[in-house]
Amino acid sequence: MGEHRTHNTAGETPCSLSSGVLGLAWLSGWRGGWDVRVQDFGAVWLQVQGVSGCMGVTGRCVVEEERRVRANAREYNEKFQYASNCIKTSKYNIVTFLPVNLFEQFQEVANTYFLFLLILQLIPQISSLSWFTTIVPLVLVLTITAVKDATDDYFRHKSDNQVNNRQSQVLISGVLQEEQWMNVRVGDIIKLENNQFVAADLLLLSSSEPHGLCYIETAELDGETNMKVRQAIPITAELGSTSQLARFDGEVICEPPNNKLDKFGGTLYWKENKYPLSNQNMLLRGCILRNTEWCFGLVIFAGPDTKLMQNSGRTKFKRTSIDRLMNTLVLWIFGFLVCMGVILAIGNAIWEHEVGVCFQIYLPWDEGVHSAFFSGFLSFWSYIIILNTVVPISLYVSVEVIRLGHSYFINWDKKMYCAKRRTPAEARTTTLNEELGQVEYIFSDKTGTLTQNIMVFSKCSVNGHSYGDVQDMLGHKAELGERPEPVDFSFNPLADPRFQFWDPSLLEAVKLGDLHVHEFFRLLSLCHTVMSEEKSEGELFYKAQSPDEGALVTAARNFGFVFRSRTPKTITVQELGQAITYQLLAILDFNNIRKRMSVIVRSPEGKIRLYCKGADTILLERLHPLNQDLTSITTDHLNEYAGEGLRTLVLAYRDLEESYYKDWSERLHRAGSAPEAREDHLARLYDEVEHDMMLLGATAIEDKLQQGVPETIAILTLANIKIWVLTGDKQETAVNIGYSCKMLTDDMTEVFVVTGHTVLEVREELRKAREKMMDASRSVCNGFYQEKLSSKLTSVLEAIAGEYALVINGHSLAHALEADMEVEFLETACACKAVICCRVTPLQKAQVVELVKKYKKAVTLAIGDGANDVSMIKTAHIGVGISGQEGIQAVLASDYSFSQFKFLQRLLLVHGRWSYLRMCKFLCYFFYKNFAFTMVHFWFGFFCGFSAQTVYDQYFITLYNIVYTSLPVLAMGVFDQDVPEQRSMEYPKLYEPGQLNLLFNKREFFICIAQGIYTSILMFFIPYGVFADATRDDGAQLADYQSFAVTVATSLVIVVSVQIGLDTGFWTAINHFFIWGSLAAYFAILFTMHSDGLFRMFPNQFRFVGNAQNTLAQPTVWLTIALTAVVCIVPVVAFRFLKLDLKPELSDTVRYTQLVRKKQKTQHRCMRHAGRAGSRRSGYAFSHQEGFGELIMSGKNMRLSSLALSSFAPRPSASWIDTLRKKKGCEGSSASSPGGAADKTLRV
Amino acid sequence: MKNKTSVLSREGEAQPSRCPDNSAFKQQRLPAWKPQLTIASVLSCFFLTGAFCLTVGVCLVLSANSVREIQIDYSDKCSDCSKLRENSSNWNKECHCSINFTLKEDILGDVFMYYGLQNFYQNHRRYVISRSDAQLLGRNVNIQRSNCAPFSTYRNGTPMAPCGAIANSMFNDTIDLFYNINSSMIQVPLLKTGNSWWTDKNVKFRNPESYNLSSAFAGTARPPYWQKPVYLLDEEDERNNGYVNDDFIIWMRVSAFATFRNLYRRVLRVRRFAEGLPAGNYTFQISYNFPVTRFKGRKHVILSTVVWSGGSNPFLGIAYLVSGTAATLAGFVITGIHLKLRKKKTYFQKQ
Repeated sequence: MGEHRTHNTAGETPCSLSSGVLGLAWLSGWRGGWDVRVQDFGAVWLQVQGVSGCMGVTGRCVVEEERRVRANAREYNEKFQYASNCIKTSKYNIVTFLPVNLFEQFQEVANTYFLFLLILQLIPQISSLSWFTTIVPLVLVLTITAVKDATDDYFRHKSDNQVNNRQSQVLISGVLQEEQWMNVRVGDIIKLENNQFVAADLLLLSSSEPHGLCYIETAELDGETNMKVRQAIPITAELGSTSQLARFDGEVICEPPNNKLDKFGGTLYWKENKYPLSNQNMLLRGCILRNTEWCFGLVIFAGPDTKLMQNSGRTKFKRTSIDRLMNTLVLWIFGFLVCMGVILAIGNAIWEHEVGVCFQIYLPWDEGVHSAFFSGFLSFWSYIIILNTVVPISLYVSVEVIRLGHSYFINWDKKMYCAKRRTPAEARTTTLNEELGQVEYIFSDKTGTLTQNIMVFSKCSVNGHSYGDVQDMLGHKAELGERPEPVDFSFNPLADPRFQFWDPSLLEAVKLGDLHVHEFFRLLSLCHTVMSEEKSEGELFYKAQSPDEGALVTAARNFGFVFRSRTPKTITVQELGQAITYQLLAILDFNNIRKRMSVIVRSPEGKIRLYCKGADTILLERLHPLNQDLTSITTDHLNEYAGEGLRTLVLAYRDLEESYYKDWSERLHRAGSAPEAREDHLARLYDEVEHDMMLLGATAIEDKLQQGVPETIAILTLANIKIWVLTGDKQETAVNIGYSCKMLTDDMTEVFVVTGHTVLEVREELRKAREKMMDASRSVCNGFYQEKLSSKLTSVLEAIAGEYALVINGHSLAHALEADMEVEFLETACACKAVICCRVTPLQKAQVVELVKKYKKAVTLAIGDGANDVSMIKTAHIGVGISGQEGIQAVLASDYSFSQFKFLQRLLLVHGRWSYLRMCKFLCYFFYKNFAFTMVHFWFGFFCGFSAQTVYDQYFITLYNIVYTSLPVLAMGVFDQDVPEQRSMEYPKLYEPGQLNLLFNKREFFICIAQGIYTSILMFFIPYGVFADATRDDGAQLADYQSFAVTVATSLVIVVSVQIGLDTGFWTAINHFFIWGSLAAYFAILFTMHSDGLFRMFPNQFRFVGNAQNTLAQPTVWLTIALTAVVCIVPVVAFRFLKLDLKPELSDTVRYTQLVRKKQKTQHRCMRHAGRAGSRRSGYAFSHQEGFGELIMSGKNMRLSSLALSSFAPRPSASWIDTLRKKKGCEGSSASSPGGAADKTLRV
Repeated sequence: MKNKTSVLSREGEAQPSRCPDNSAFKQQRLPAWKPQLTIASVLSCFFLTGAFCLTVGVCLVLSANSVREIQIDYSDKCSDCSKLRENSSNWNKECHCSINFTLKEDILGDVFMYYGLQNFYQNHRRYVISRSDAQLLGRNVNIQRSNCAPFSTYRNGTPMAPCGAIANSMFNDTIDLFYNINSSMIQVPLLKTGNSWWTDKNVKFRNPESYNLSSAFAGTARPPYWQKPVYLLDEEDERNNGYVNDDFIIWMRVSAFATFRNLYRRVLRVRRFAEGLPAGNYTFQISYNFPVTRFKGRKHVILSTVVWSGGSNPFLGIAYLVSGTAATLAGFVITGIHLKLRKKKTYFQKQ
């Protein structure tokens, strides 16, 4: 790593790297935003972590224990030699490229091996082959790799420069100066303006907003799209002007650079006072400043020390299972090679001892060889050289080329192009393609992956009247084209043009002045925690904690109740063109237990009213008894909405007496300042006031599924891929989505819900689930399982009859993932058709993936769109990112990206399957052809005194792998198709061979090897038999070495060409061209090599002069070649045909046709059936976290909202399903599970 | 970001499309031939192959049977000579021996005379490389740098011409054939040229250019085991002397295996031998120079005729017959298996 030392980009600033990681890491592509892509090789990262800072970089060779930064004191800070803000991710420059790149390439075992062979070949005593037989392929390989590395590095240089040259305003000697990013130093004070990227990790000093607040968007850092708040410490918040800031000379002592995004610890020493600093005061590189005119910050960490850079580069170097298998096999082959070498060396020693000694009159031993033993030793190395072609260097290159080709096919696939987002699919990693054909488990995120994360206000019920149906059409499922014109909101200049609503009666009701409808929308415009931003008059932007809230407020906005602005104490609403300012008295914020939020406002008339929205189950219980009739109508509406898979909320209000409010607010104040049990007190008070409310109505929001999600899931399930949904969402939402995308169906035998809070509970629940499944299968086939019961539990569970699903909560999952329970959990989960984990943290997502990887030995695929999916994407064998969304963190961490979940089926069933098939066929053929080629030397060894004489001409050996046989097999590896793409979609079962690893495994490998050896035996012994005593038709000698070489080589080329022709199932023009072309090339090159001209130029090199025309003119030679071809190929044809006929894989599919068709029919039926099932009450639409409520009210004393990564707190939540269950239980219904409940509802 | 994308999609037409081309190549829809192993194609393949192999096999066997061949091992018959040659100090002592044999039938047609060696490893790696093709092309090269060692130069620095182990070990027995008729011995006229490949004789081997051969090889010495220098290999025929001597060229074309035969002479079909060799008693007169007993080798002299498929080698014909039979049998077996299976299949489908 020493080579990544200093790099003078600016000519003056030494761009040091504190850790060698970045040397291996690389950044690329600053696509308009801050998209950092850093890769390195996991292990190195960890190593370097330990010695961070001690890389001998610019002399700084002490581990940094704490960081001292003094503002506006460059000289002082310089003595610590902190890293500057220049980042360098490129690996080479023009001078270092060649040595460094070569050094890196020779760290590859394969390359070193070939270098070693090359050195062996330079020793004359053992050089059985000319040096160029190795150097030509080696140079070819090294060049290709070097060119690729150079291009990559060029782009890295470009992106480095672009980032380093960004402008920022730095306060230098009291004046703001434009400086490039790379010239920003630790200790500088820099000014940021709205919508600018933060240049380094800054301590926020002051901002344009009151209280030193500033808002940032951290999407590029952690993927969260909501805004976050940072605040300066009060003492510095007052420093508003440059002159004050220039005089600021506080010193920060803080932790050394680390990669924890949500933690910062330090102290500011200023004017003999100490001020503690936390993450709340920090602006991290990679964030964007929002809603804040300007702010000043002190650079604490710069360049490679920033948390962003410290965080990048966790990407593990992924290998496919075929890769691993290939490496094992290559090792075995090396072992085999050594064995052959030893056998032949022993043979040589014996031969030299018995025969060679006597033969010395004609062929004396080499100088220095005095014993047969030593001769054997030399011959060992000679044979290693000759036989090395069993593991040809071209194997690795060819594999890479094929994968690259497959990646291009993915990139080029028009059917994976999303016209709406204008994003084609992208294979970001080119090395994993064939693994796409072996996936067994898919771990999917929900939001943004299965769903579009677009919430659409689709229906509402106001005062017992339901709005939102598309009246004259078939219902909301009607195609877009069939829909009538959406409602025209042009009367409202503030309306959001993107909002669409199809029922004109609601707008009419607003216009007619229906008071209920007015109150309904007034509630929606007041009761929320949305922030508004008005860039210019009338151009409103809402920043909502959750898209649900945004949708509701936007709906109100379009119907004429425009939420315009808020202050901590007021909310201004434009009600039908008239601006009205409400006094905001209290926000009773949302949390998971309450499942509702309320605001208390005082209208301009002075009336105090509480507006509340919340989950139906909670809110309907808190209504005033007067509402009974309305409640029943609304409940009907709610059921209807829920049946359509909409997310519902119930809205209600309550008028408060002035005196009551005063009393309540006093108590609230007291409770708020109570030191202990503050939360409980508040909750009790909230509970008290949200009571006896009047029902206003209900809203229904559509959580839009991505296109084609249910179909995709159905097909993937048929392909025997298990889909687990891991979501941070609440259980209700997740289950709901599970139903709407047909992962869960009402046909399922049972859906187990695990919500236990303690280890014991979880264990018990899992055990019960297992028992139920076992009972069921036992009753299904009694006798059969009795015997099996004694065997391992797993095997029983794997053969479970009936469809089950498992829903597990985050807090239960935490227990289930503990070491002693994980196996139990895994067994239960794997026996289920569908698994949904809700409220899981990103870390848990990764843990679940890791768990399956660990015990199941199956290929896993994780798909997600957000930063919270990054860990899972990186952990899984294959990570897929949904692109075209706001955050690109997931895409950057992913191996494949596309913009629609539905493309997954094409990626797996078409591209993955083909890739796997092609790679397997390629490997089989490759090993075959090299064994056939090389083993001939082995047999010849027994006839040439084990002298390491090659059978072929050395040029043939050089060119065999890179010219004569490379292209046909490459063409097959790139283009082959066994069934057309439509068939793999029609018969998802075709995907199974990949999962079961059937096409290339150790057994298949041995078959290929055996075939290769068989071919080599015939290839040698048939010509041997013919040539033993034969003469030509003109009486001259035929059995000379060169004729023999040409005969064997020609028959080898013909046999392997016929074999590739047999293997190729899809002869495109390219295949034809390559196969016939290779044969033609062989003969062309053969005749050229044996031509007079070349011989006259290099008589010692081209010794085979005239051989081709003399040998190939003999009928005997051609008959020999024909016989060899026939004998090598015909048995293969016989075996292949018999396999096809007796154990048909293809007719397996044909047989499947019936089965699959039947199954598909049922599938279709249940889709239709489930589509209208309406068995489930939908969850409520709310954000996952508490909102800005408290922040808004206090304006100052805010909650950490940035802790999404760790925000999951195992709080008890009364699950809605549990409630339902209890109710059902009370009614005495036998159904005790949601599945059963669902059935019941259906029947009713 | 969101705004940006939506704006982008609205203005989409103006932007260069990122949509992949709809070409058959990129969409993997290239027209292609999809061969399949059907019962018809497989069976026809097997029966055709079988028929072909059997035909060829029969032809080969018949023609190989028509080849007449006489092979005489003379390594022991001249035991005195072989003992003499075991001691290399007797290298310049001449030793002759004669071998009698009887032809019961005429050998008609062209008759070729070969010498055969057994257990002589011409295909040994160090042996194969021990030559300098540049030197044999008549070029003045530094053979120190070739692979000829240890037969490249003498101690005093005189280069050997030709150099290398192959040249040095050249077969140097002379064999003459006599026809014994009425107790008189008629020498069978033998051709010593035209036995090598045309390319070898005219391209691969050239003598150094000079006004005469002996001066062309001036400054070089014969290989140690040779009895005479290279320019005296054939004193009668200028075009068969030096490097382009047929016997030398043939020897230099190393054999693939340790047992081999090289063409030595052809019978000149004149007078009494116009039809070939008539039946009767013959004698080989051999000047025994080439020692083989040291390495347990054998020497043969062979008389043979040739047909279109070369000399008498039954291997190829038999191999063809065997594989033809096997292919035909396999065809029947496959038919049987297939028919049996098809019955099963229909049974399954009915179920």
